[in-house]
Amino acid sequence: MNSASVAARPDEAVHIAAGAPNAPAAARTGSHRLLPRALMAPAVITLFLWMIVPLVMTLYFSTVHYNLMQPGDKAFVGLANFEYFVTDPDFGASVVNTLLLLGAVIVITVVFGVGLALLVNEPFPGRGIVRVLLISPFFVMPTANALLWKHMMMNPIYGVLAQVALFFGLQPVDWLTDHPLFSVILMVAWQWLPFACLIFITSLQSLDRDQMEAAGMDGANALQKFWFLTLPHLGRPIAVVVMIEMIFLMSVFAEIFTTTGGGPGNESTNVAFLIFKQALMNFDVGVASAGALFAVVLANIAAVFLIRMIGKNLD
Amino acid sequence: MKQLALLLRTVSAWVITLLVVFPLIWLVLTAFKTELQAIRVPPELFFTPTLESFREVNTRSDYLLHAKNSVLTSVLSTLVGLAIAAPAAYSMAFFRTRRTRDILMWMLSTKMMPAVGALVPVYVMAQTAGLLDSLTALTVVFTLSNLPIMVWMLYSGFKDIPPDILEAARMDGAGVWGEFVHVIRPLATGTLASTALLCLVLSWNEAFWSLNLSSAKAGTLATLIASYSSPEGLFWAKLSAASLLAIAPIVVVGWFSQKQLVQGLTFGAVK
Repeated sequence: MNSASVAARPDEAVHIAAGAPNAPAAARTGSHRLLPRALMAPAVITLFLWMIVPLVMTLYFSTVHYNLMQPGDKAFVGLANFEYFVTDPDFGASVVNTLLLLGAVIVITVVFGVGLALLVNEPFPGRGIVRVLLISPFFVMPTANALLWKHMMMNPIYGVLAQVALFFGLQPVDWLTDHPLFSVILMVAWQWLPFACLIFITSLQSLDRDQMEAAGMDGANALQKFWFLTLPHLGRPIAVVVMIEMIFLMSVFAEIFTTTGGGPGNESTNVAFLIFKQALMNFDVGVASAGALFAVVLANIAAVFLIRMIGKNLD
Repeated sequence: MKQLALLLRTVSAWVITLLVVFPLIWLVLTAFKTELQAIRVPPELFFTPTLESFREVNTRSDYLLHAKNSVLTSVLSTLVGLAIAAPAAYSMAFFRTRRTRDILMWMLSTKMMPAVGALVPVYVMAQTAGLLDSLTALTVVFTLSNLPIMVWMLYSGFKDIPPDILEAARMDGAGVWGEFVHVIRPLATGTLASTALLCLVLSWNEAFWSLNLSSAKAGTLATLIASYSSPEGLFWAKLSAASLLAIAPIVVVGWFSQKQLVQGLTFGAVK
């Protein structure tokens, strides 16, 4: 049996994909009732533990005094950890940095991603190679990405950017010291631009070409076609990109850890890095847990919308 | 006019692409330079390539150790993940109930939890169990964090298999195992392969947990590369050679699995 035999029966495939959820199940109830549950159990149980155990522990830790350097002492302190985390002068800065990082990367990847996708959507010589090359940065591990930029691109003396500045007679910039957050934004955007672009390319392939041609016949110019046909078509993929990036980039860590270490001062510290600092550098598990709950709430706001959107797509 | 548009498109697409990929091209070039050439001002575009840095990176035994750790954790977490996810996806695709949808959604929601939210409990648990800096801890964490995506991808692949084929196999007396091995595996080879590839890529590149849960003994390549961030690690040619060895296999895998990867990461929301 091969894939052709599957393709030859598209009606059944559609039936399953769109079919009533309980129809196939009804035929197999009875003796087969236990089996499906047994098969599902390992995945459900492990994921449930993976979710609930850390959550309960975090909830508990967040209300006690718990320092890894002072074992045994776990007195109940109520909301003191939350108060401490929120009144930490680094907290406000880290929230602002998190939002700036998130917002900037999303804007850069969506705007340039759409532009690039439109550019490579039409045929031209070498299009296949261009598409493969474009996606490459997305597969580079974050620590390698960060160091490649930190050293070879952004070093103020030997880095490529400094060389380019000198070539044009400009003063080289010490990127990581003078613009630490912008530097991190650049690294993360470089990694995620290919992701956004690839999704937009995938989506553009299902754009109705006849409609585009008809609009052209009716005298619509390129800008009008983009605004009234292409952009609405890209609405959903853009929303998906925005939400996926929100979830993944809310807690950017490796890029900050390997390059700026959150500094200078707190200029490139985001919420994730602040929690890490509290937990594994200050050893204050209680305060870090309070911060972690805060991060979970932040992420859930994005997740609710994404899950609803994907849920609609499921049946 | 048409010709000019095509020319413009070709030139701009290539220029932008080369700009985007430039840091990677630079990484490859630097990897084949000597340390002196690597920091020469102005940089040299033409030079005699040398394998010196690769040799040095390879003779440092800790590189091989980290590479081994990366291979072990990503392969093991992929295999364990498949073993747990495939039965679940099979059950959801072929024994759909009213609750299947809710379970899928709930699994997805566990992936939305930011890793940093679980950092402290997982760290404390690993510490209590004496599993800090162990391959076991990393493998378990990688498996768990990839599991929702794996179930999801396998489910979408399995549900396209016509149920008639399964009925026929069942008539012939095939059990669940036989059904899976002889009917589903051949029909869903593509799905299984792309799920495994995606899982490999994600585990290989994973940095948050490996940086926090491992150091000298169980560190993966991601942590080894991170150790070059210290000021004394300013050996660009060696850094480039080590990075190139670490990213090349996965970038190549990525080229072949980009479509599945996007579908896996967007949970099929973009087609």
